[in-house]
Amino acid sequence: MSEEKVGVYVCHCGHNIAGTVNVEEVSEWAGQLPNVAVAKDYKFMCSSLGQEMVEEDIKKEGLTRVVVAACSPHMHEPTFRGACQRAGMNPYLFEMANIREHASWVHQDDKPAATEKAKAIISGAVRRSLELAPLEPFRAPINKTTLVVGGGIAGINAALEIAGAGYKVLLVEREPSIGGHMAQFDKTFPTLDCAACILTPKMFDVGNSPNIELLTYSEVEQVDGYVGNFTVRIRKRARKIDTTLCTGCGDCWERCPAKVIDDVYESGLGYRTAVYRPFPQAVPKYPVIDTESCIYFKNGRCKACEKFCPTGAIKFDQEDEVVVVNVGNIVLATGYDVFDARRIPAYGYGRLANVFTSMEFERMTNASGPTDGKVVLRDGVTAPETVAIIHCVGSRDKNTNVYCSATCCMAALKFAHLVKEKTNAQVYNFYIDMRTAFKDYELFYTRLLEEGTHFIRGRAAEVTDAARLPGEEGKLIVQAEDTLIGKQRRVPVDMVILMVAMEPRADASEVAHRFGIGCSDAGFFTERHPKLDPVATMTEGIFIAGTCQGPKDIPASVSQGEATAARVLGLIGKGEVQIEPVRAQIDEDRCSGCRICNNLCPYNAIDFIAEKGVSRVNPAQCKGCGTCVAACPSQVITGQHYTYDSIMSQIEGLLYDVRSPNEKVRVVEMEPA
Amino acid sequence: MADYSQFNPAWGDRAPVIIGFLCNWCSYRAADLAGTSRFGYPATLRDIRIMCTGRLDPTFVVKALREGADGVLVMGCHPGQCHYEEGNYKAMRRIALLQRTLAQLGVHPDRVQLAWASAAQGGIFTETVKEMTEKVARLGPMQWRDNLEETAPHQEEGVPL
Amino acid sequence: MTASNGAYVYYPGCSLQASAHAYDISTKRVAERLNLTFNEIDDWNCCGATEFFSINALPAYSLVARNLALAAQTGGAPELVAPCSACYLNLRKTNDYMAKYKKLNQQVNQALAAGNLHYNAGSLRVRHLLDIVVQDVGYEKIGAEVTRSLQGMRVAPYYGCLIVRPDTGYNTEYPTHLDKLMTTLGATVIDFPMKTHCCGGHMTQISEAVAYELIRRILKNAADYGADAIVTLCPMCQLNLDVYQGQVNRTFGTDFNIPILYFTQLMGIAFGMTPQELGFGSEVVSADRALAQIGREEPEERERPKRKDKQALPMPALNGGGRSES
Repeated sequence: MSEEKVGVYVCHCGHNIAGTVNVEEVSEWAGQLPNVAVAKDYKFMCSSLGQEMVEEDIKKEGLTRVVVAACSPHMHEPTFRGACQRAGMNPYLFEMANIREHASWVHQDDKPAATEKAKAIISGAVRRSLELAPLEPFRAPINKTTLVVGGGIAGINAALEIAGAGYKVLLVEREPSIGGHMAQFDKTFPTLDCAACILTPKMFDVGNSPNIELLTYSEVEQVDGYVGNFTVRIRKRARKIDTTLCTGCGDCWERCPAKVIDDVYESGLGYRTAVYRPFPQAVPKYPVIDTESCIYFKNGRCKACEKFCPTGAIKFDQEDEVVVVNVGNIVLATGYDVFDARRIPAYGYGRLANVFTSMEFERMTNASGPTDGKVVLRDGVTAPETVAIIHCVGSRDKNTNVYCSATCCMAALKFAHLVKEKTNAQVYNFYIDMRTAFKDYELFYTRLLEEGTHFIRGRAAEVTDAARLPGEEGKLIVQAEDTLIGKQRRVPVDMVILMVAMEPRADASEVAHRFGIGCSDAGFFTERHPKLDPVATMTEGIFIAGTCQGPKDIPASVSQGEATAARVLGLIGKGEVQIEPVRAQIDEDRCSGCRICNNLCPYNAIDFIAEKGVSRVNPAQCKGCGTCVAACPSQVITGQHYTYDSIMSQIEGLLYDVRSPNEKVRVVEMEPA
Repeated sequence: MADYSQFNPAWGDRAPVIIGFLCNWCSYRAADLAGTSRFGYPATLRDIRIMCTGRLDPTFVVKALREGADGVLVMGCHPGQCHYEEGNYKAMRRIALLQRTLAQLGVHPDRVQLAWASAAQGGIFTETVKEMTEKVARLGPMQWRDNLEETAPHQEEGVPL
Repeated sequence: MTASNGAYVYYPGCSLQASAHAYDISTKRVAERLNLTFNEIDDWNCCGATEFFSINALPAYSLVARNLALAAQTGGAPELVAPCSACYLNLRKTNDYMAKYKKLNQQVNQALAAGNLHYNAGSLRVRHLLDIVVQDVGYEKIGAEVTRSLQGMRVAPYYGCLIVRPDTGYNTEYPTHLDKLMTTLGATVIDFPMKTHCCGGHMTQISEAVAYELIRRILKNAADYGADAIVTLCPMCQLNLDVYQGQVNRTFGTDFNIPILYFTQLMGIAFGMTPQELGFGSEVVSADRALAQIGREEPEERERPKRKDKQALPMPALNGGGRSES
């Protein structure tokens, strides 16, 4: 019989737990458990009064273990560990029993069963707590350099804030220039601010900040380490341009004979050359050579750019470069991909010339775009007289993406306004619901209504050029059920704009895995808590900002970028990080040196000490997964905080009401295989 | 209390008890999400948090069955999504071998299951518990006590687990 | 080739014995060439067509289930193929619903028991002929059989409404598997927005005005795009578009002259068979003019036209993006 004195605290959590679990009964019952010295129930354990109660009992009653039966450890484990520590108890002797998320909230229709389950969970936690050992967190100095991945508006703001506070930032961007999707836009809703006018100064600041090292045309290949001490391998793709010589004068792309469709910056609506700078305000100003379309790389001739370059900056033999850097924190702001409208063939994108995507239209209406800002049909000259804007293309649709892309309603209003302004065409919006939340957005909607834009509430069924009725000849016909009047409508138009959804980057899950974070069902990066910790991730030291976390507009992306900066600066300010001491440890006296564990470790944290004939865990590399612990045939590897005995005891505790400790057993329910 | 005798009369007024081993990063968070989303499921699962399914020592499973659990549900991150690179692959191998071993001892493989749920998949977690509960309910209780009299001579002392 | 190993249970349906005789013989000729063995169900009966289900459900399901029970006895692979879209839909619906709804399954089997039959719901897989051709045989193998390319012939691929949903694995709103099959044969496939629209079905018997308008839309769209022929896979669609074409012309003052052909007929032609052995000549609107187009030189169409004049904007590539229907 153990000597430990356990305190059990059952939280009501208002009605969240007490509404389903009979907390008084449970706490009274817990008081009868072996080793339990104190058992209480209380309305809100996480309140300061609740915490003080625990502290007081530790001091007065001499508690050596504390079990709080409340919510998930992901919620309040740190809170109560803090309370224990303040009362002089080692925080790792605290154990949380999750009777809210795992009992009261999921068994609301069966209160007796929820109460019985709560007892079992507490019984398991009490038994486990007896086996816990005091631990000390590891401390490590924090590297003050931060890696920001993605140079869109979110990443730019994160980088500028951190650099502005005086710390080094490494900004990695996959494309030849920073700027992201915002650089493609002409106007921004609802103020109709010129996107370039507000973005360019920020890009310029990034390029000129002494604290920001910019690595464009580069990608992160590998990430190792832990908060405060990450080691990152970055591939700098060869620009084929010597940036120390290049002045960005433009002679090369003006002479380049290879014209290709620009699927990235121009969204396929315009052309660029093989040696190119994506757009005039690009940062950095240096071009890159796209070796796939460059004539020299195809057939070994041309070299026009080299001939005309006044500084000799063209380097056809330049190779990719791999750099390895150490950083303390990482901000991921990798952005989104646009939905491929061809996935909804009924809308005709790719078949019907005058069906455009919203990104194409952004470029079309942009003064520096392929039409110099003129709104025209695919022939490049004819102005449309009627335009249909179809909302929710790839959003709110169980066949594609079920989520709302959050920005398209407002962007559609912006387009409607721009079409009116530039062509005076009639504009028909086909929407499911108008979503104009946030400051001044509804006002913009009202303004558009007053401008005479047509709004048809109904998802468009199809866009076709099969004319049926008079007036449809030569037009695109949008068919939809107008759900406000309860009738089918066929609206003949000249141009259709598809408001395509925001999707996770095609390689988002790969990237998430590389950085050790999770993805939601839809594929966006998962935050630590959807409300109270929206830019942190489950992995310490890795933060997320902008649309990689979910669809959002520019103000929200900017806020998140700056929020990550605050989080990073907070960690840097502490100077050191505390790391959970959940690690594996090998008892070298009992290790047989079989080396089974050596190859199992995904982090190569286990070394074989040849002269002693034993294996040893390097605690700096170990992440505490416990794979080696479970595999050791001699059972001499201890998984700290998740020891063999603690789990075995928890099993016994959980099954306190069904176990029959001394029975001899034989089960036959099927013939041996 | 739900009536499980409809699945198998042997339950009487008892309910199945399933021990769950949930990894800290994906499936435990999926269970938390099921809670915050108020997705109801049968109160049969009693779970244990481990850092990774790679930590799952097969003796934990045997211990749970031996202590009176009617089933064991191990849940981890989806293949390729393990927080520790490949712990869930280790769990896959271990569970597969364990199911074979248990089958030879007469324990139906459906009593020990391995499943995946990401931190965002509260719904999948809920469905998995429902399905597992129904499977175990059909199999009936492990019936340790009822089989006591038939104890084979070589097992008289019981197997120390 | 799939697990069926080229052997299927075959349900021809009544149309193929009468109005769609050409479909039946061309199917058999093509199947033979592709080494597909079709074992016809012994003593099969009517599939109930579409309306019977709305009048009295249980006899309708039982009528179909009798075919399923007999098909299951036919032996060979558990794959049942129907060339007629209506037969396919009814067979598949009965098969799926019996597996899904216990009570229906029980009642239908009770009815079958009167004839000493029983059907184990879901034991067969019901498939349309076109699905077998593109999935099990595959475009590559079909391409290898082509000896007389259909180059020069412009076809409008017409799927009709019955085979695209639910849950066929193909895009329900804009399927492209028949398009790809025709391209494989060398034909030029026109963009055909009406490809899954209604042919009028039995409306010709109930409300002529409604039916003629539905038929007109399809013919007009095909004509607008310059189709030499509409290629179909359903006897009902073929009948409506072909037989009523003259009536539509008289009603609307149009002069459509588009032959409506079965895809198996065009496959046979491409495989080097003669029109006679494929049942050509039984169509009302003669296919002669369309067949005469074969071999005509046609300028190759570019998917992403080069910049013709400086102002035109580039079209998005239809097959790019990697995410469009495979």
